[in-house]
Amino acid sequence: MSILDFTATELGKKIQAGEIGVEEAAAAALLQIKAAEPKVHAFVTVDEERAMARARQVQEQIRKGQLSGPLAGVPAAIKDNMCTKGMRTTCSSRMLSDFVPTYTAEAVSNLEKAGAVILGKTNMDEFAMGSSTETSAFGDTKNPWNLEHVPGGSSGGSCAAVAVNECFYALGSDTGGSIRQPSSFCGVTGIKPTYGTVSRYGLIAYGSSLDQIGPVAKDVSDCAAILETIASYDPKDSTSVKRTDTDFTSALTEDIKGLRIGLPDDYFGEGLDSQVREKIFAAVDVLREKGAIVEEFHLSLAEYAIPAYYVIASAEASSNLARFDGVKYGYRAKEYDGLHSMYKKSRSEGFGPEVKRRIMLGSFVLSSGYYDAYYLKALRTKALIKEAFNRAFEAYDIIVAPASPATAPKLGQWLCDPIQMYLGDIYTISVNLAGLPGLTVPCGTDGKGLPIGMQLIGDCFQEKKLFRAGFAFEKSRCYQSPALAKELEQESLAALPMGEPENKKKDFR
Amino acid sequence: MERGIAMANIIEDETIEYVSILAKLELSGEEKEAAKRDMGRMLDYIDKLNELDTSKTEPLSHVFPVQNVFREDKVTNEWSREDMLANAPERTEEAFAVPKTIE
Amino acid sequence: MKKQYETVIGLEVHVELATKTKIFCSCSTQFGGSPNTHVCPVCTGMPGSLPVLNKQVVEYALAVGLATNCKINQYCKFDRKNYFYPDNPQNYQISQLYLPICHDGFVEIETEAGKKKIGIHEIHMEEDAGKLVHDEWGDCSLVDYNRSGVPLIEIVSEPDMRSAQEVIAYLDKLRMTIQYLGASDCKLQEGSMRADVNLSVREAGTKQLGTRTEMKNLNSFKAIARAIEGEQQRQIDLLEAGRQVVQETRRWDDGKGMSRTMRSKEDAQDYRYFPDPDLVPVWIDDDWILRIRKAQPEMREEKIARYQTKLGLPLYDAQILTESKHLADIFEETASISQKPKEVSNWLMVEGMRILKEFEMDADQLSFSPSHLAALIKLVDENVINRTVAKMVFEEIVRRDVDPKQYVEEKGLKVVKDTDALEKTVKEVIAANPQSVLDYKNGKEKAAGFLVGQTMKAMKGKADPGMVNQLVSRLLRE
Repeated sequence: MSILDFTATELGKKIQAGEIGVEEAAAAALLQIKAAEPKVHAFVTVDEERAMARARQVQEQIRKGQLSGPLAGVPAAIKDNMCTKGMRTTCSSRMLSDFVPTYTAEAVSNLEKAGAVILGKTNMDEFAMGSSTETSAFGDTKNPWNLEHVPGGSSGGSCAAVAVNECFYALGSDTGGSIRQPSSFCGVTGIKPTYGTVSRYGLIAYGSSLDQIGPVAKDVSDCAAILETIASYDPKDSTSVKRTDTDFTSALTEDIKGLRIGLPDDYFGEGLDSQVREKIFAAVDVLREKGAIVEEFHLSLAEYAIPAYYVIASAEASSNLARFDGVKYGYRAKEYDGLHSMYKKSRSEGFGPEVKRRIMLGSFVLSSGYYDAYYLKALRTKALIKEAFNRAFEAYDIIVAPASPATAPKLGQWLCDPIQMYLGDIYTISVNLAGLPGLTVPCGTDGKGLPIGMQLIGDCFQEKKLFRAGFAFEKSRCYQSPALAKELEQESLAALPMGEPENKKKDFR
Repeated sequence: MERGIAMANIIEDETIEYVSILAKLELSGEEKEAAKRDMGRMLDYIDKLNELDTSKTEPLSHVFPVQNVFREDKVTNEWSREDMLANAPERTEEAFAVPKTIE
Repeated sequence: MKKQYETVIGLEVHVELATKTKIFCSCSTQFGGSPNTHVCPVCTGMPGSLPVLNKQVVEYALAVGLATNCKINQYCKFDRKNYFYPDNPQNYQISQLYLPICHDGFVEIETEAGKKKIGIHEIHMEEDAGKLVHDEWGDCSLVDYNRSGVPLIEIVSEPDMRSAQEVIAYLDKLRMTIQYLGASDCKLQEGSMRADVNLSVREAGTKQLGTRTEMKNLNSFKAIARAIEGEQQRQIDLLEAGRQVVQETRRWDDGKGMSRTMRSKEDAQDYRYFPDPDLVPVWIDDDWILRIRKAQPEMREEKIARYQTKLGLPLYDAQILTESKHLADIFEETASISQKPKEVSNWLMVEGMRILKEFEMDADQLSFSPSHLAALIKLVDENVINRTVAKMVFEEIVRRDVDPKQYVEEKGLKVVKDTDALEKTVKEVIAANPQSVLDYKNGKEKAAGFLVGQTMKAMKGKADPGMVNQLVSRLLRE
């Protein structure tokens, strides 16, 4: 078994035990990145030098006993919409292609305090707008399970990087399914926590009332440990929630006896791929066997979530992205005639088509005469959706749903039909509207060998129930990584001069 | 939303023109046509919300009833001018530079 | 017959609050720093930054609302006002549209026709914009975000005013009230109080309002009065010529004495307000309101009454002293040190006002230590210096805040109490002015006064005039 096969917390234990050095782990991940990037392109920025220097520093701190957490020394990747001081943060947009923040996002700071070694920044849909990572200004990311398919999005880079062993875990962000859907497409585990659990400070906003940062990892245990680390009450974020129950790893038991699981019939009907349905039902059977009580029910309003979401998210985005104007940072057009021309040219040249589409829609729904009909209507719909979930959680501890109607589509398929792409968010979007936590765990593959994810949805602040159920399910199967991960590793090891990894090991002991 | 069905929302040129002034975007002729089509389709889709009776429902902005998050009125000065100006496309020693705003 | 017109005026008054930090970040609100030195990711609109509300802003806004008889929206929220301009780093201003903190209040002003109530439609909290400096030679403008995010309240009046005089009285009333609350220093010249004038004219006797214009860039009471007169005439001229008034925002150029439209085709005036998702609502419970009410400082009317009853000042003095909260503070502090309110009042009312007039200063610019004035009063009281010297020292106190005791010592200004020395001088003066002595002896009493004056002059003012008087009389009789 190679270093790269370990989960984040397994590696963390080995590092604490002195069996694996931090530099060794970082070097292994960087090597895999070198091998994988030409094929997968999960990263926008990789900073090898900085990562190795940081690895040395963390190793030293571990040696001195200053760092003893489960993630100390474990190499990680960060979605490129979280600010990292001194490291380019682009949102995969031409608009920010040279932006180097002078501050670090709170979630990333929390990871750094816990000893994370950050390798680089992962590719995403431009400003997190998209579900395939194809709207990135720096080229698409490929699905490691099949390079002709998309990895999902918008956190496609983070999910692909974890799947192909370029890092041991990554941070993603989820506004309408952007962690859960690509996790499903890439066969990894990801959770969008309850709104307010992880500080949004330093996360470049898309839809502020929906955005939430969360972990992407190989398994549920990792996700619990990472979320435990990044969750914090942050006085810099007014929407941050004071929680005392963020000891998520304590929930990692297989005991789900009596856990009430609801299956919304509206999520399993028309439009859902039969293989996806089959695999999720099979996973639910596993949970039932372990003592969960499973029942079908009608959630209602499912079909209204997407229109409500696109009104709210686009409206917020149109305002959030107004700050990108070529004045304080970011792209400024080379030629213009006066201030307004500078604004228009910079923004038109700096933003890609999907971003412009949403800014236009958002500006329209907020404009004079339409605010009530569109924006307020959407907020009222959001209230109804929240009520529907409230009713459901009176009867159930967890709702089980698909993460996406089908497995990853081929590259390019969604680019020519954005509405088709929007419809793919049907099972994930209501969770953001209601502020709920949602966990995706892999539950098999389809006939083409593409991964399928099961989504577990909990009531607000009930992440522990999700982790417990997810953990219980995952114990029934082994983690599967795409064949590509192993191939690349062997390729790159073969290319190395003999014995080098061994030498590196010695440096640490 | 199926192809071939006439759109209920026809977006006029003036609307696209007006919205692009609000959004500070300059669209090419082709982009304008695409924007008219896309926005029309999205609005048709969004009009689905009209099926719902929301007359007795209050708009929900925040999912939790969190209130009164305040900061004490205390100065902390942790940033340098250079921190803020570092990424400016055009600047002087001490300020951001923009095209002249008055004639 | 010529038509009669009535002018209808409403005001939007922006007041910068006296907080130490900005409304949504911990940067200092201090004036005059070099450009972009009171800035952070929040007030420069950096990506990923988030606003957190300064509690003191709510407290000040509440205090002003209560003092202007407003109802409080106990549940209030912030909204984003979206428009692009470089002084607005996020390209939206955080303000309040849907649920402003205060509404439906009024203040009372004095007019020629007696007391009049001016309605306050609402008061809301918002952030100030940065400053643009225009390079006269180059082709660019420079942006300074030091003022970006400084807290403001905007006080929107009802269209209840009918003349420039009423507008000035209303502004004066607001200024005084807010200064007394300590919520702002309200200096028009420095921009900590700014007024936009909404004005329309209509034929006298009609009920319906005419089309209004909004006038900006008014930074003195005089400019406001001139702008109102100019705009009402412009609108009347338009109507007389059978033309329409266009609803628009105009910028007053006080130098040229005229206004110009600010509209451009890039300016759609569609602000797309929506609740700011980065901020949570403010809930103001009854206890909070009660606490602010209780903490409300003594207002001007109460001070005037107290000065009369407790400190024995005449009404006139009390009114003058309280016209500026700052002056009233100086008065009270000095009076409490010296325990001689009437004396203190006299100094401020007579000499103080004279000096302010001479140097074209206003009372808010006084910056001397009350203890120095108190010390001066004591020196006079104890006859260490005489009144003439004291007036000169007072001017030094006002101008340079000198310590009077030290100053008198250094400059040798003490009253000369040495009778021998005095007597010698008086004798010299008498010897040098034989004609005056003769006049005196011939019954011209005035001649003695001339000799006293000459003696004081010879003593460089430092003699006790009473003593000199006695000496001159005695020696002349000898």
